[in-house]
Amino acid sequence: MNELLTDSVFFGIALSLCCYFAGVKLQKKTGIALLNPLPVAAVMIIVVLCVLQIDYETYDIGAKYITYFLTPATVCLAVPLYRQVKLLKENAAAILCGILAGCAGHTLVVAALGLCFALDRVSVISILPKSVTTPIAMGVCEESGGITGIVVIGVMIAGNIGAVFAPALLKLIKITEPEAQGLGIGCCSHALGTSTAVKLGEVQAAMSSLAIVVTGIMTVIIVPIVAKFL
Amino acid sequence: MQYLKQVMVILFFSFLGELLYLLIPLPVPASIYGMALLFLSLLTGIVKLAQVEDAADFLLGIMPVFFISPTVSIMTSYGSIADHLMVFLVICIVSTLAALFLCASVSQWMIRKKRGMKSSGRRGGTGK
Repeated sequence: MNELLTDSVFFGIALSLCCYFAGVKLQKKTGIALLNPLPVAAVMIIVVLCVLQIDYETYDIGAKYITYFLTPATVCLAVPLYRQVKLLKENAAAILCGILAGCAGHTLVVAALGLCFALDRVSVISILPKSVTTPIAMGVCEESGGITGIVVIGVMIAGNIGAVFAPALLKLIKITEPEAQGLGIGCCSHALGTSTAVKLGEVQAAMSSLAIVVTGIMTVIIVPIVAKFL
Repeated sequence: MQYLKQVMVILFFSFLGELLYLLIPLPVPASIYGMALLFLSLLTGIVKLAQVEDAADFLLGIMPVFFISPTVSIMTSYGSIADHLMVFLVICIVSTLAALFLCASVSQWMIRKKRGMKSSGRRGGTGK
């Protein structure tokens, strides 16, 4: 069984897509927005892999071909950005200040909670870059002396929180301006949250994509500096 | 055919992004370079919106699918946080919410302030 799957390129792809569509169906049927197809699919796949005793590497032989599309898809975020370029120019100050506040607050909270719970320095550093898209986060983490495995988990948790809970949370704290909604989502949960912002609307999508870039740049600058003082 | 052409343009920019990633020694991923280049090309008119938008909208619509494998990879690095899982989760969740709330509130406050100033200047205009 395992050998057959090790040789099959399409096992990982088929399993991923089947679980994802099962997740989509489940969300539609139950009507529960919190049952986001992505985390639901990930849990289903992990369960399947554990039950069949297949390791991640074997699954990823096929699944990595889906992940390849992450780069072109991220490149495509230029399209909503371009469609909203006027809005972007009008709100340049609000965009910069908002994202700076988000990044600074995030860094402070991670450092402060790390101290409170007496978490070791390396783990704290590994959580610091988690608001940004995986490749940036891994690069910054390595450079600052963190463990990349930890930051990847952090990035996925942040992204899934943004993708699943952000619309409800924004409503709760009365953020109704579409620009602010998009910026908040992009600032805390990178491209994964942006996939939800795309569903909220064109303005949210553009602002969220912009926030990924600006948050990424700020993280590249802020985190290595803060890491030195920890 | 239409779609294939658009995918070709998008993949070409992804490739350019990878080239820049190799040339510039910064922890910036290839996709962000590619996105910046495509954005600049759209602004300058080198690429027309109609040459990419259908394929782009399709890819953006199914974007969560591309995150499935990275999310599943949690199972391989889980061991390194297993000892202090609760602390790790609390820090991740609280800091993510802090970033969301701060960024959204500050930007909303500034957008409204600016709009307020504009509309009072125009005597009751909507400021939009």
